[in-house]
Amino acid sequence: MRVTRRGFTALGAAAIGSAGLGVRPARSTEVKLTFYYPIAVGGPITKIVDGYAKRFAELHPGIMIEPVYTGSYQDTMTKTLTALKGGNPPHLAVLLAVDTFTLYDEDAIVPFDELVQSEADRAWMKSFYPAFLENGAIDGKTWGIPFQRSTPVLYWNKEAFAEAGLDPERPPATWDEQVEFAKKLTKRDSAGNVTQYGIQIPSSGFPYWLFQGLVIQNGGQLMNAAGNEVYFDTPEVVEALQYQVDLARKHGAMAPGIIEWGTTPKDFFERRTAMMWTTTGNLTNVRNNAPFPFGVAMLPAKKRRGAPTGGGNLFIFKRATPAERQAAFTFVRWLTSPEMAADWGIATGYVATSPAAWETPAMKKYVAEFPPATVARDQLQYAKAELSTHENQRVTKVFNDGLQAALTLAKSPAQAMKDAQAEAMRILAPYR
Amino acid sequence: MDRRIQAVYGWLLALPACVLLAAFTHWPAVASLIDSFWSTPRGRRPAQFVGFEHYRRMLADDPIFLQVVWNNFLYALVTVPAAIGLALLMALLVNERIRARGLVRLAYFTPTVLPMVAAANIWLFFYTPGYGLLNQILSAFGLPDTNFLGSRDTALWSVMVVTIWKEAGFFMIFYLAALQAIPPVLEEAARLEGASHLVYLRRVALPLLMPTTLFVLVNALIGAFRVVDHVVAMTQGGPDNASALLLFYIYETAFRFWDTGYASALTVVLLLVLGGISIAQVRLLDRRIHYR
Amino acid sequence: MSRALASAPATPYARAGEGMVGRSAGPGFTLVQVGAWLLAIVWVAPLLYAIWTAFHPPAFAARFTLLAPLTLDNFTRALEAAPFPRYLLNTVLLVTMTLAGQLVLCSLAAFAFARFEFKGRELLFALVLVQLLITPDVLLVENYRTISRLGILDTILAIGLPYMASAFGIFLLRQTFKQVPKELEEAARIEGCSWLGVLWRVYVPVARPVYVAYGLVSVSYHWNNFLWPLIVTNSVETRPVTVGLQVFSSVDQGIDWSIVCAATLVTSGPLLVAFLIFQRQFVQSFLRAGIR
Repeated sequence: MRVTRRGFTALGAAAIGSAGLGVRPARSTEVKLTFYYPIAVGGPITKIVDGYAKRFAELHPGIMIEPVYTGSYQDTMTKTLTALKGGNPPHLAVLLAVDTFTLYDEDAIVPFDELVQSEADRAWMKSFYPAFLENGAIDGKTWGIPFQRSTPVLYWNKEAFAEAGLDPERPPATWDEQVEFAKKLTKRDSAGNVTQYGIQIPSSGFPYWLFQGLVIQNGGQLMNAAGNEVYFDTPEVVEALQYQVDLARKHGAMAPGIIEWGTTPKDFFERRTAMMWTTTGNLTNVRNNAPFPFGVAMLPAKKRRGAPTGGGNLFIFKRATPAERQAAFTFVRWLTSPEMAADWGIATGYVATSPAAWETPAMKKYVAEFPPATVARDQLQYAKAELSTHENQRVTKVFNDGLQAALTLAKSPAQAMKDAQAEAMRILAPYR
Repeated sequence: MDRRIQAVYGWLLALPACVLLAAFTHWPAVASLIDSFWSTPRGRRPAQFVGFEHYRRMLADDPIFLQVVWNNFLYALVTVPAAIGLALLMALLVNERIRARGLVRLAYFTPTVLPMVAAANIWLFFYTPGYGLLNQILSAFGLPDTNFLGSRDTALWSVMVVTIWKEAGFFMIFYLAALQAIPPVLEEAARLEGASHLVYLRRVALPLLMPTTLFVLVNALIGAFRVVDHVVAMTQGGPDNASALLLFYIYETAFRFWDTGYASALTVVLLLVLGGISIAQVRLLDRRIHYR
Repeated sequence: MSRALASAPATPYARAGEGMVGRSAGPGFTLVQVGAWLLAIVWVAPLLYAIWTAFHPPAFAARFTLLAPLTLDNFTRALEAAPFPRYLLNTVLLVTMTLAGQLVLCSLAAFAFARFEFKGRELLFALVLVQLLITPDVLLVENYRTISRLGILDTILAIGLPYMASAFGIFLLRQTFKQVPKELEEAARIEGCSWLGVLWRVYVPVARPVYVAYGLVSVSYHWNNFLWPLIVTNSVETRPVTVGLQVFSSVDQGIDWSIVCAATLVTSGPLLVAFLIFQRQFVQSFLRAGIR
């Protein structure tokens, strides 16, 4: 998606709008802020961010933003931690929302509650979708503001649905329907080899993310808000895992073993799978490359609908001087205003982070042209925080390993989750 | 020249290189050992002396470590002989008067020039279930689709294939050179005595290739413990650590979990393995090969 | 390792095929011929297939049809999506800087070890050789710390610095320098050359083939190196192509094989082309140098 000329006009209007909304008066002294950001999606992201910085500088002559593109999320986190230990962290950065605990444990960031001053500020902090704020909250304070956020959705191939005798306009709404549809959509050749699977839920790299959707749908959750306890071995989780295993092993409607995240969209285009779960961030990719009509739907429900959130938050670093912090806050405030959030969402495919953003003219126009964009938004009311704890990388790995062990039949779901639970709780022991 | 001036010159000339070597090889090796006895400092919690705790954890509390070590030995045990065997075969084939020998040799050797990451990316594509090249071939023969990188049984083997593919051609050139260094009179003599070509190869050529084999063997063994580019690119050690190797685990521990203390202890293990290889090599050299 | 290295025979690659005496077509030989060709096809197929994919539209990535239209579109899109020209420039800077450092440092040190008598020389040399076994990339954790303390993280220098004092280069040059007759050196001394002058005028010219060999090996090693640069770089301005390729092909949105294949070719293309042109020199260099 490109930022069109129209987009930029809207952006200008937005900027003027937010300037009028009583953001702090410009300072007389110049403040220069370093802003680290990663890129996780395709498109000319650096140009967009540079444009934002320029625009902001025009509105706030006293503050200069210097955006630094720092690679993937992983790279950005590494670079930030290194810079932090070297005593020279950025003033603000976009980092994974799930890294909040790590940043907190490193004593690196300040809560936004300490930076808000006016009633308008306080209202702004409440203006985001609550699901997006969950990962940024520790000790009742907000440490991260949602910026580039996503959530998984279901894509389906309408042609394949019609071939299988299903209504091409009706995606599965429940777990049972999902199994039933997937079985009907699975095609075999004369030798009995599968030529088209019904569904793919990728499980490579970070299998926990999509799996967490199943857990939430089954009425469970993986961790507590304090990030020092996990619930991997609860019945809700084990059942959800059994469901994912069964899709492949019992129903034969999904490829057995680990399904590669990266190749799943291609599998979808190649008609190797008729449905797939993947991030909303793939919307543009699918729109450009699917050689058949497709639909986008919320993930199906078991006890309830549900999905994890994903993506990055904005963080402000502690090391900055009070003046720099306030300037950084002003930038964050501006960057997450409805108009900017809408513009960023349209330009990148991320889910705009506040209800007000979806009410802006630019967003309304976009949605009218491309209705599937609203699916992720509508799903947000059912979404919950992504798996995030203290020692996040380590706990997540333990959990991923457990999931993969079950999916490759090395362990039963119950056993795999029991082992993962024990190991994760051992790692988290110092934090309880 | 004055001995003392000689000494001073000698030291001065060697110094820059030696300082760098010490800074990036000797010191870090020693520092790994020291750090392996200390916990990882985090936030405002400084490092504490923990003695052999990391080593105890490795053996008693860390099933991943044991799996990774086992994987790595299996990996070495398979890739090293396979690559060497193929290299020898290739060298023997290319040493014959076959047609378009130059092209054949080029085909064998080219994978060596590719970066391991590039090779891994290409193979990632072949291994894709369904429409990947390998699975298309399998299905042409009516065989079931295989999820090479996504099943526990095949992931490590699939990684091994890439290693063998990339290494065999490299080792081939050493064998080829060694074969050509054998005086032609030897084969003539063998023929005069009525020995067949195969007998000549087995009785005369192969023994003469022993030093080359040892050289290649050591290189391959070291490589098996020190190259994990393809693991990073293809499987990230998955599924469930089925294809993780030791150096990859060190990388993951140090740069993903930021657990540098434990990573240092793991590094010490890797150094011990490499040291073991070199001691074995020296022993072998002393006993078996006399060429100096 | 040193002795094994010395054993690697340096017979020219060019002479291939004169080894086996006077055998021609027979059933056994046909088998050899067919076997050699089959193996060659299997060996080069992955690369050819990647090239094929890169030059055809994505829709044909998984479908092999002779009539598929050719296109350069994948390359255009790969170049649009990631700054590969910049990555290539970084790699070129990296290999140049590293090689320059290696040539200077290793020449000086090798000269010291070959021609100067000083106390501790043998011990020092033995310590140098340790690096043949333990390369800097094994010591990720501590070397990262050192680079970080030096304040040069995320620079091209940081990638190259640990490799600049190369034990292998020192070893190779020392062997060569030792073979230079003393008379040559003395003649130069009489003409009033300084010690560095002697090194430059007498030793370096004699060792030229060794420099070329070492240079090619070093360039291809550092062009292809991955794990260490992956760790010490995190920006577009420093990332070499291998890391750039990996970052590029592991985005959240999924893999487009055609573009990945195109990017893979861009990454390894320059080296591959250089290899095809200078095949003989490459192979001889690998042989002479014996290690990457």
